[in-house]
Formats: sequence, C-alpha cells, structure tokens
Amino acid sequence: MPSLKDLKNRIQSVKNTRKITKAMQMVAAAKLRRAQEAAEQSRPYTERFNTVMAGLASSAGGSDSAPKLLSGTGSDQTHLLVVMTAERGLCGGFNANIAKKAKARAAELEAAGKTVKILTVGKKGRDAMKRDLGSRFVGHVDLTDVKRVSYPDAQGIAKDILGRFDEGEFDIATIFYAKFVNVVSQTPTAQQIIPFEVPPEAAADVDGGTLYDYEPSEEAVLADLLPRAIATAIFSALLENGASEQGARMSAMDNATRNAGDMIDKLTIQYNRSRQAVITNELIEIISGAEAL
Amino acid sequence: MADMQFDLVSPERSLASHPATSVSIPGTDGDMTIMAGHAPAITTLRPGVLRVEADGKTAEYVVTGGFAEINGDGVTVLAERALTRSDMTQERLDEMYKEAENMYKTAKENWQNEPGPVDDAAKLLGDMVAMGSEIGLSTKQPNL
Repeated sequence: MPSLKDLKNRIQSVKNTRKITKAMQMVAAAKLRRAQEAAEQSRPYTERFNTVMAGLASSAGGSDSAPKLLSGTGSDQTHLLVVMTAERGLCGGFNANIAKKAKARAAELEAAGKTVKILTVGKKGRDAMKRDLGSRFVGHVDLTDVKRVSYPDAQGIAKDILGRFDEGEFDIATIFYAKFVNVVSQTPTAQQIIPFEVPPEAAADVDGGTLYDYEPSEEAVLADLLPRAIATAIFSALLENGASEQGARMSAMDNATRNAGDMIDKLTIQYNRSRQAVITNELIEIISGAEAL
Repeated sequence: MADMQFDLVSPERSLASHPATSVSIPGTDGDMTIMAGHAPAITTLRPGVLRVEADGKTAEYVVTGGFAEINGDGVTVLAERALTRSDMTQERLDEMYKEAENMYKTAKENWQNEPGPVDDAAKLLGDMVAMGSEIGLSTKQPNL
C-alpha cells in the first residue's frame, strides 16, 4: 500500500506527462495542417508531370533505344530499397510500419536469391533496421536539420540514387514511405522508381489523340525528364511522409493524453480512499482511547 | 484576341493560373512565343525569362529547368524553379550561377572522353550568364 505522499507524487508526475503529450498533440496538429498544405500545393505539378511522362513513356518506351531509367538494365538481380521514415519518434506505429514493410520485402527478395541494398532516409528507419539488416546499408540521408522539406532536398536524394544507378550498383530501386489517408490512418507504401513506372491513375489520363511536337526531340525530352521524374516521385513521397508523420503523432499523443487522464482519475480515487482510511483509523483510535478511560 | 489558359507550376507551389494572350518561353532550342491555337508541343526549358501577356500587361518570371506543355487548352509550364522577376536578386543569381559552375566542373572531371555532358553543362552555364544580363544583373564571366 503506497503512502499518501507517494500517491500525491505519482498523480503530479502523471499530470506533468499529460501536459507534455497535450502540448505535443497541439504542435503536431499545427504542423499537420502545414504539411497537408505543402502536399496539396505540390499536387498540380506532380499530376501534370506524370501525365506528360505517361504519354512519353507509352510512345517512346517501347523502342530499343529507350533510356535505361525507363526500360531497366535488363536484370533484376540487385535491388535498392530506399526506406523513408521520420527523424523523430513518438509518433505511434509510423516508423515501425514502414520499417516492417521494407523488412518483409528484403526478406522476400533475399529468399528469392536477390541482392538487397538499403538506403535510409530519416534516422528512425535506420535505427529500426540496423540490427537485422545493418550489413545491407549503403548510405543514409540525414534530414534532421531540414525544417520544411523542399524540392532541392528531394533532388539531392535523387542525385545520390541516380549516381549509384550510373555506377551499376543496382538494377531496381523502390521507395518505402507512408501514404497519408487521414489523421488516423497512414498506409505504408512501396513504389518502384527505377525503372520508372508510370502511376496507373496518370496512365489513364493520357489523351492518345493529341500528337505533340517535341523540342529538341522526343528522346532528348524523355532523357531530360526521367531524372526529374524520379526527383518528383521522391519529393511527393517526402511530403506524404511528412503529413503522415504528423498525423500519426497527433493521434498517438491524443491517445496518450487520454490514457494519462484515465490514470489520474484512478490514482485520485485511490488517494481519496487511502486518505479516508487514515482518517477513519485515527477516529477509531481516539474513540477507543476515550472509551478506555 | 482569343485567350488561352496559362499555368505556371513549380514542385512547391502553383505560381500562376489565369488566361493569357501570349506566352514567351525560353526553350532549349530557342525562345518561342505561344498564342491561342498553337499546335500541341512539349519543349524543355533553359534558364531564362518567361514573359506572359494578359489583359495588356506583361508579367515576367525567372525559370530554370523543367518543361512546357502546349495543348489545345493552353500552356502549362512546369519549372523546377520559378520566381517572379522582382524576387530575383543578385544573391539568388549568384547562387544559381555557382550551382551551374559546380555542375560544369564535375561534368568535366567525370566525362573526360565524352564531350556530350560537358557541353550541356557549359551551355547551362552560358544560359545563366545570358539570363543574368537579360534581367540586368551581372555574373562572373565563366572560365570555360
């Protein structure tokens, strides 16, 4: 049976925790709105880009001279998994879910006899995968100092990946991130970026009737756009991830705040009961003392 | 004169979306002016100044990299980086110039036997200088 003072201390400490989780929830809510706005604003670019890419890929992709970024290296032996997670924790299952999906894919590929290489973006994913798959790590991108993800950040990552591709380090690259559905649900997603795959919704938009003039030439435009397409895919994944992270943190902190409230209620009842017990005890002592006289 | 729809979008935001009379695009192979009813085309961009005429007024944007799509509805410019002319300062230009210069240097190191990428990077650098003088800002003369 804890003493009254112990109980009081515990109640105070849970109250302090609740204050912190409440504050974190509100910060996450504000950040979520900003992240969603950023994702919203990048959408027109991504959509138009993908529509044009889809048109180009369907007309130029079939030829033998198609760039390797589109047609692939002709082999699928070495896979690069780009695992994009958050830099911070305390956001529920967000980081764990992405890492889990990537781990499952890595295990599947290795069981099929393929070579797996891993590039991590975000500290938490690296920590989560280090124990099992640390030997497959080929690089890490640190975005700790980045307050707001910008396109040049995505370009930097794309450049890194493209450099490795040119060196022949891998054949297929896949990015792992969490797609933002709503505040309580984020879906871990795998998307292949090399060879570039046109998202199905963009492919459906292609207007086969329009014949475009290409300047300088169709091949040159395609060669120019492919690296940008990869940067764009990474950028939109980073933005989705940003929104998902804040959404996950918001609901995790909301739960934590509610749990702390429940705990405080329980502890308060316990505190009041034991205080009453002490008082009753004292009364009994006084009364029995008075009777004995 | 008939108007067409003009959109200027960068990855981070949409800068403009309104009807326009004519749009001058700094294409890789040279400038071109688009008016309503232009044949469908896709062109890549070089760093330069994009001029948009709407309601008798001309708006100017500085764009680097990306492409423009012209179709029956109008013009969509997807620029990797886009700024309004008034936002373009000497520091920004210096920054871009430096980036292009670095690209030229790395290209020169990495592709010693193949002139293609080096020439491309040199052209990019030259375009930066031309863009600078077009908007009245100066860059160093490139040392090619």
